Amino acid sequence: MSTRLVTFTLDGHLYGVDVASVQEVLRGQPQTRIPLAPESVSGLINLRGQVLSAVELRARLGLPDRAADQEAMLVVVRVAGETIALLVDTIGAVIDVDEEQFELPPDTLTGASREFLHGAYKLEGQLLLALDVERAVAA
Amino acid sequence: MDEIVQEFLVESHENLDQLDRDLVALEREPDSRDLLASIFRTIHTIKGTSGFLAFGKLESVTHVGENLLARLRDGKMSMTPQTTDVLLAMVDTVRDLLGAIEAGGDEGDIDVACVVERISAVLEGRAEAAVAEQPAPVEQEAPVEEAPTATVEAPTEVTPAPVAEPVAAPAAAAPAASAVTAPAPLAKAAAEPAEEAPHRRTVADSSIRVDVELLDALMQLVGELVLTRNQIVRQASHQDDVDLVRSAQRLNLIASELQEGVMKTRMQPIDNLWAKLPRVVRDLGAQCGKTVTLSMVGKETELDRSLLEAVKDPLTHLVRNSVDHGLERPETRVAAGKPAEGVLTLRAYHEGGQVVVEVSDDGAGIDPERIATKALEKGLRTSTQLAEMSPNDILQLIFLPGFSTAAAVTNVSGRGVGMDVVRTNIEAIGGTIEIDSVLGRGTTCRLRIPLTLAIVPALTVECAGDRYAIPQVSLLELVALDADRAANAVEDVNGASVYRLRGALLPLVRLTDLLGVESDRSDGHVVIAVLQAEGRRFGLIIDRVLSTEEIVVKPLVTQLKAIGVYSGATILGDGTVALILDVQALARRVLNSDVLEQDQVKETDTRTVVDESLRLLVAGLGSDRKVAIPLSSVTRLENFPASAVEHIGGREVVQYRGGILPLVRLSNFYGTLSDRHDDELVVVIYTVGLRSVAIVVDEIVDIVDDGGELQAEVTAHGVLGSTLVRDRVVEVLDVRAAILSADPTFYEASEFELQPQLQETM
Repeated sequence: MSTRLVTFTLDGHLYGVDVASVQEVLRGQPQTRIPLAPESVSGLINLRGQVLSAVELRARLGLPDRAADQEAMLVVVRVAGETIALLVDTIGAVIDVDEEQFELPPDTLTGASREFLHGAYKLEGQLLLALDVERAVAA
Repeated sequence: MDEIVQEFLVESHENLDQLDRDLVALEREPDSRDLLASIFRTIHTIKGTSGFLAFGKLESVTHVGENLLARLRDGKMSMTPQTTDVLLAMVDTVRDLLGAIEAGGDEGDIDVACVVERISAVLEGRAEAAVAEQPAPVEQEAPVEEAPTATVEAPTEVTPAPVAEPVAAPAAAAPAASAVTAPAPLAKAAAEPAEEAPHRRTVADSSIRVDVELLDALMQLVGELVLTRNQIVRQASHQDDVDLVRSAQRLNLIASELQEGVMKTRMQPIDNLWAKLPRVVRDLGAQCGKTVTLSMVGKETELDRSLLEAVKDPLTHLVRNSVDHGLERPETRVAAGKPAEGVLTLRAYHEGGQVVVEVSDDGAGIDPERIATKALEKGLRTSTQLAEMSPNDILQLIFLPGFSTAAAVTNVSGRGVGMDVVRTNIEAIGGTIEIDSVLGRGTTCRLRIPLTLAIVPALTVECAGDRYAIPQVSLLELVALDADRAANAVEDVNGASVYRLRGALLPLVRLTDLLGVESDRSDGHVVIAVLQAEGRRFGLIIDRVLSTEEIVVKPLVTQLKAIGVYSGATILGDGTVALILDVQALARRVLNSDVLEQDQVKETDTRTVVDESLRLLVAGLGSDRKVAIPLSSVTRLENFPASAVEHIGGREVVQYRGGILPLVRLSNFYGTLSDRHDDELVVVIYTVGLRSVAIVVDEIVDIVDDGGELQAEVTAHGVLGSTLVRDRVVEVLDVRAAILSADPTFYEASEFELQPQLQETM
């Protein structure tokens, strides 16, 4: 069984989310910061009259901050009835992956990245990490 | 026309259309119990309502129809083309009757005996024979031999408009023969509405039922339009293009009208809510042994459907409260010189973009002192706090959680749901509630409810470079202080700031502190938004005030709601997102810290002045003498002209808020000489319970935290001791002694009430 994933990069790694949950992909938008909000929620975005909260995936996954000159891209996903924008580095291709390429996260992986990953698809020359969106945006 | 009749007509017309469809379907499957049951229910409903509304003819027709249908439904009779005919005839008659009611308000001169007779005939099986010779009674003239006295007109399907020869009441004369008589006599009546049609729409035609969801979606869209309008109007205002500006203005106008129109579609008169209250009041009155007249003013006041729903429970609660606690028993009322019958008044009106709903009774009123005692008992407020509160503020304490004044739990109230729940519910929809009461005269509860939830007027402010929206409903006023005034007027006491707003102390909170951000304002100007929530006022210090805008509330994701500072977000005119501050939640934060403080006070709450007072008001008395007055006892700071001082029995008094306050001149008390020679008196209003005195000082110097220990050894007449305030020795005033010197009865005569402050509004 093959799955279609929207891929993007974070700190040099390739990540993917199920194409069905992705509403759209767009360039960085002006954000309104939210004082007192969890660190990973970087702000609010006006998406054609809809107010979305933007989740900084780097912070969520415990990765270093994005370089100041690097513009973030947005992956707008629908999770559990709410629409949320994920901040990522760059957007990649839409890739079809097979079940047999899948493997659970390596046992050595710990912390946030293990918690928020379904597992990894072994692509040629690279690993595609399947993000558990629901968990990544929750709390 | 009566509203109930209107509703009945609309509903019945819909039912009749359904009936037509059902009857035709029934002909195809005569054994369908479901269809029969459905038809039966419809006719039954019409019959019930017509009986209730006293439409006798309608009732008699539907009654026999119902009988027939009941037999069909129960399988005692089976459907034949003939039964279908009579049933259709019945539907037509009903339709005509409804038309007559709509046209003239009554059933007119439509004759129903004929169709009643036909149905009865079918019921009794008399017409079976006729059917055989009447194979196709529909749409054709078919005189029946067995019915010589009856002329049969047969267009039994839809409204018989083209009927040419109205037959004068033949059926009544030919009871046995009217088996297949068409509703001929009805032709005349039926033709009338048809003629009138071009002039007047019928009730059924002029109203349609719309799914609430569709209206919600429409409302949402209008919200978006209002936002876009805001953006365009804002951009147009920077342009020189006259045409564009003109179009923008036009758009502005149209959008506003559209918004109003769409909002109206969701509006319902408050009477929908009130309609069931007379019964509640009557039953409750009987239960409590009280007779109550319920008067309702402003029934037609409209508000949003969803809000109506939200107000239902709180309003019912208030009404029950009034009947149970507010109004006295008849004998008590008579003894008090009032009519035995209590009056409960519901009043609704529009005011300042809000709907105000008042529940007032002419009962015993609420005694602030009893409230105060209760609050003390329950540990909700300390005696010091109570002493500094005005009677009106004390009244609002009944909205605190865990407060119930009912001496005994009665069947009616005093169980579970209290006024705190009422307030929570009202504030949840952006409303406010307050209570006014005059002892012996009655109590009024006033609810202020926004017209709609989706679009709210708000003030946009700036703080640390970000913009926030504050709903207008919580905003009382704005105070702007330039750097010079701010330095003096905002008194910073160990981190807790206060501002003297017309003499009353207003606790201040910096929005930057609440949000943990850095203010970008360094010029020393201070802008204070005076807010009210949870029955308390506080000042929110913001960087800048931007403008007032109508904003569309967008919900926040749960995660952000949990922060407890924002109630939602909105999109401003320039397209950026702004957070809406949750004033209730902010107030709760302020309140919470206050409660902690109270607890501290409570632990050490002994009888000495110093333990009760954490803060001191330092006043100068002349001759470089300074005294400290516990701030907790101070309700207000006022200035009076010297000419306002009058004399009663050798004592100095002033008129204050409609009452008389005894004057205490501290310089006399201490024997110092006042340095002040102008015509103004600086006065500290000191209140204990319901009584107040005015303490005259030379000047107000400072408000400080009680930094030092009270040094009781250095003492003198009228002084409790001295303390160190900012490295200066200050005497702590023995307020009790000072007041007793001016008014020896001050602490005794607590039953003597000073009425003035009762009237004080919030």
